[in-house]
Amino acid sequence: MAEKRFDVTHMPGVATIAIVTFLALYIPVLILVVNAFNASDTAGRWEGATLRWFAAALDNTAFRRAALNSAIVALTAATLSTVLATAAALAVTRGRHIKGQGGIFVILNQPLLVPEIVFAIALMVVLAQVKQATGYQGLGYVIVAHTTFCIPFAFLPIRARLSGMDLTLETASMDLYASRFYTFRRVTLPLLLPGILAGFMLAFVISLDNVVVSSLIKSPGQETLPTYLMGELRRNLTSEIYAISALLLFASISIVAASWFVTRTRQ
Amino acid sequence: MPRSAIASERAVIRAETRRRWSLALPALTVITLCSILPLVVMVGYSFMEKGQYGNVEWGFSLEGWRAVILEKDFFDDSYIPATAHLTILGRSVALALLTTALTFVFGIPTAWFIATRSPSTRAFWMFLITVPFWTNLLVRTIAIQEVIRADGTLNRLLLATGIIDEPLQMMFTNGAVLVGMTYVYLPLMVLPVYAAIEKFDFRLAEAAYDLHASRFYCLRKVVLPLMWPGIAAGSILVFIPALGAYVTPRLMGGGRAMMWGNLIDLQFGQGRNWPLGAALSIALTLVVLGAMVWYIRRVAKGGESIG
Repeated sequence: MAEKRFDVTHMPGVATIAIVTFLALYIPVLILVVNAFNASDTAGRWEGATLRWFAAALDNTAFRRAALNSAIVALTAATLSTVLATAAALAVTRGRHIKGQGGIFVILNQPLLVPEIVFAIALMVVLAQVKQATGYQGLGYVIVAHTTFCIPFAFLPIRARLSGMDLTLETASMDLYASRFYTFRRVTLPLLLPGILAGFMLAFVISLDNVVVSSLIKSPGQETLPTYLMGELRRNLTSEIYAISALLLFASISIVAASWFVTRTRQ
Repeated sequence: MPRSAIASERAVIRAETRRRWSLALPALTVITLCSILPLVVMVGYSFMEKGQYGNVEWGFSLEGWRAVILEKDFFDDSYIPATAHLTILGRSVALALLTTALTFVFGIPTAWFIATRSPSTRAFWMFLITVPFWTNLLVRTIAIQEVIRADGTLNRLLLATGIIDEPLQMMFTNGAVLVGMTYVYLPLMVLPVYAAIEKFDFRLAEAAYDLHASRFYCLRKVVLPLMWPGIAAGSILVFIPALGAYVTPRLMGGGRAMMWGNLIDLQFGQGRNWPLGAALSIALTLVVLGAMVWYIRRVAKGGESIG
């Protein structure tokens, strides 16, 4: 590393390791994408580009149902967790210190302190009782579970945005006899919006990517995209799996690009 | 201040406290019911008797906790160390530490490299690090699996160039899990370290250098202390998910290189030993919390006084 030389811009060892790291990060993903477009169904031989595997995936009812479930779960869980996290962030970030504020903070971040597999199994055990008692087997359980672990993720950027906002504008609005609600809607909310958007996108991606919690909480026969992919993997790596992986990859990348754009325009 | 004014001031504070608590209440309720309560149930289950077909039976028992480290000898019913479990727990700790070390070796130079680019290209390099961070962990695991599996890219390359005659069996080994976890968790090391280096005023290092500090002395006394909070944060961010990893060891290690998280899952599935699974879960949570407390005590507070 940097032991021998100390010129900030000329450290050949550092640059080499960095470039190797970037290549190591991207080559496997590129291979995966190339395989998804490969007309040959044996991954090693290139027989020209095709969209056949994507078509096959989209033609597959099980895949379509899993994709729909993923979209429903991610949208609902991201929306719910963002709303809950926004309210909570407004409660703990500004104004004078209230009684129990530290406790609220710890509880909001609690899902981050527990290993994912433990969170998932513990909730599975409890929800199994609920499933038995109510007889309801729907997607609701997965949505509730996702909402829970998305709250701290949505909370993060919203709180960061709020703590950077000073109270002057809101105080001015209140001094001019605007009601608390009107002030919130016309002053606080527009200022907070970039934070809320960032929180929503983070929660959306975290939910969309989740496989451990979904696979343990879902009822038999229900699939989200990652759990469907996990199930397909048990057989063998096929071109259709590469195509589905590539689709998930594109979804994530467009969301990062979108959030990149949002943060750019804010500055 | 007249007494009535104090009283009304108190009433205002009380009203504000109530209003803000009620704002936080929905989020607190969801987390309490869906995350804290189930954890409490798990603590309870770890002290109960094992049911015959999974589940638990009422009645206090330490059997679940004992089974973490001890098992009954098949022949004479005496207790002997549960080698299978201990191997898995030991492997989990070792692989999580090694993953942290490897992400350190590759991550620190990468973060340094990005931080020393010109501001305009820096955004581009940061984008390249953030994309994998936001990309599905399962998809990234599939990608690295494709590279190292028996008929995967690496083996085909080595066979084609004649370096090897037979494909290397790399999958389902400790090494495969290590490669997989290093691959998926690397961005978690780079991001906080980059944040620390970016804040660093390089003129300080130059000043030390101009004052005839050796390169090593300068690195140790000036650069490292300023990078330390970032390194510690990165190490915690990698170590914690690596220790409890489930997806990557399952795909890369299979049944042969199982980790702590897979062992927990097994107890609630085929193993049908819920008290043991619950005890393993609570133990894992405690180790993670311990690491977190160490971080907050030793680093987060110290880091503030330095920065």
